[in-house]
Amino acid sequence: MAERTRPAPGPTTYVLRVLVITYLVLLVIWPVSLVVTNTFANGDEALRSILEDPDLVDALRLTAVAAVVATAINTVFGVTVSLLLVRTVFPGKRILSALMDLPLSVSPIVVGLALVLVYGGRNGWFGPTLEGAGLQVIFSTPGIIMATAFVSLPLVIREVVPVLQELGDEQEQAARSLGASGRQTFWRITLPSIKWAVVYGVVLTLARSLGEFGAVKVVSGNVLGETRTATLAVEEKYLNFDQEGAYAIAFLLASVSVLAIVVVSLLRSREAHR
Amino acid sequence: MSVQLEPRPPSLTVGPAPRRRTPSHNLTRTSGIGLGLTMTWFSLLVLIPLAAVVATAAAGGPDGFGRPVTNEQTAAAIRITVLAAFSVTLVNVVMGTMIAWVLVRDRFPGKALLELVIDVPFALPTIVAGLVLLSLYGNDSPLGLELANTGWSIYLAFLFVTLPFVVRMVQPVLEELDQEVEEAAASLGASRLTTFRRIVLPALAPAIAAGAALSFARAVGEYGSLVLLSGNLPFESEVTSVRILSAIENDNRATAAAIATLLLVISLLVIVVLDVVQRRVARRG
Repeated sequence: MAERTRPAPGPTTYVLRVLVITYLVLLVIWPVSLVVTNTFANGDEALRSILEDPDLVDALRLTAVAAVVATAINTVFGVTVSLLLVRTVFPGKRILSALMDLPLSVSPIVVGLALVLVYGGRNGWFGPTLEGAGLQVIFSTPGIIMATAFVSLPLVIREVVPVLQELGDEQEQAARSLGASGRQTFWRITLPSIKWAVVYGVVLTLARSLGEFGAVKVVSGNVLGETRTATLAVEEKYLNFDQEGAYAIAFLLASVSVLAIVVVSLLRSREAHR
Repeated sequence: MSVQLEPRPPSLTVGPAPRRRTPSHNLTRTSGIGLGLTMTWFSLLVLIPLAAVVATAAAGGPDGFGRPVTNEQTAAAIRITVLAAFSVTLVNVVMGTMIAWVLVRDRFPGKALLELVIDVPFALPTIVAGLVLLSLYGNDSPLGLELANTGWSIYLAFLFVTLPFVVRMVQPVLEELDQEVEEAAASLGASRLTTFRRIVLPALAPAIAAGAALSFARAVGEYGSLVLLSGNLPFESEVTSVRILSAIENDNRATAAAIATLLLVISLLVIVVLDVVQRRVARRG
């Protein structure tokens, strides 16, 4: 659309601008920048001591593993569900599409409680059976992965569904009428066209997964070196009056999530310019 | 951020002739298997566990649901949480719409940075969010505002974590809005306020409502950002999810499940609001 010449901004524009900037500075920008300065108050010493503590390296590794596995599951799940919701018709579809948003509005503590009630080893619904078969879920890595997957479940779907809708299915039908199999159509036609939506979804899911705290706290049991994630370590450090350590881990986590946002917005604006 | 799951505008789905039955599904064998597998995982991960919460609460009988509310400390926590979530949502409705307006209509150097800042609370781990707020509003606050361990800390944490919801719902709608209608209204003598109230606001209302619903749900269930910030003082700064957690830690599952069911009802209501609003928007579009 051609740029229209706008009337000169009135006083309301300036008032709004100042109000909004002040609000965001006080709520987000200033506090976040203080975390950065607190972390580097003594140079990079705090960060280095974190990376030299074997327990914390374990915690960071567990966080990374849980986040990567949960993201992989949610990506496959999300792309499949998006295709089903947009391209097929089946009874109960409307309810299903509404339920897919549920994980976004459920309290993390409720998520943890729900998983414990079903998979708890002592008196969960399935827990004792699974434990009999040698699979411990709660107070163990599978439980942490499930809690992480739960809270970040809809993010891929929310990115992919609108793109699929806008795309329409004409190209897919053309491919099929030319003899392509379902699998060929998916890999050669559908996937390349939803590629960026999937990438955004994955980045957002990963950021959300790395930072999950409440749900993981309930299901993990917080066993040092085994089920302690990085976010749990932040809490523990802070409560043990190791503020510097808490700020250092917080800085690590925050830089990953801020990096994720920057990547997504760069990709987005690059695509918008195309 | 809104998802519209309507496959195509309703005007295109021409109704079937009265006699002919529409097939109830059009699944191929592969997509049928896909549906089966994803539904199994979704049930195991989400539906069965959430059902277990409700079932455990219901096992305590009708008294079971009432018990948490008759406990004074829990009742106070619920009151505090709902009041704070409601007030914060109102602030978000006003501030969120204003922020969206500035991001879409205003132009100034550094606007791209603000655009990034809006997403920070969503991506930041909640425990880090608490720590971030402590650095400015905790002890030795550079501003002299020591809000940590007071009732106000809850409002602060809720404002932080719910910041993106209304903004991100309203922004795309505002971008699509045709400015010519506003210019026409203005040229016919409408004041800026009238133009906003009569032309812009009605168009934004569904998006604002959806954002408000999400922001209320998020606030009511919030936990992580409060852990380090609020001090969890009973009757003052203790929220509902903290009560659930302490019930879990005391191995009092029935109570935990009863309070959790209350929160789940709120989440479900929010989902219904979102569904209705999105359908109305899709129909209009």
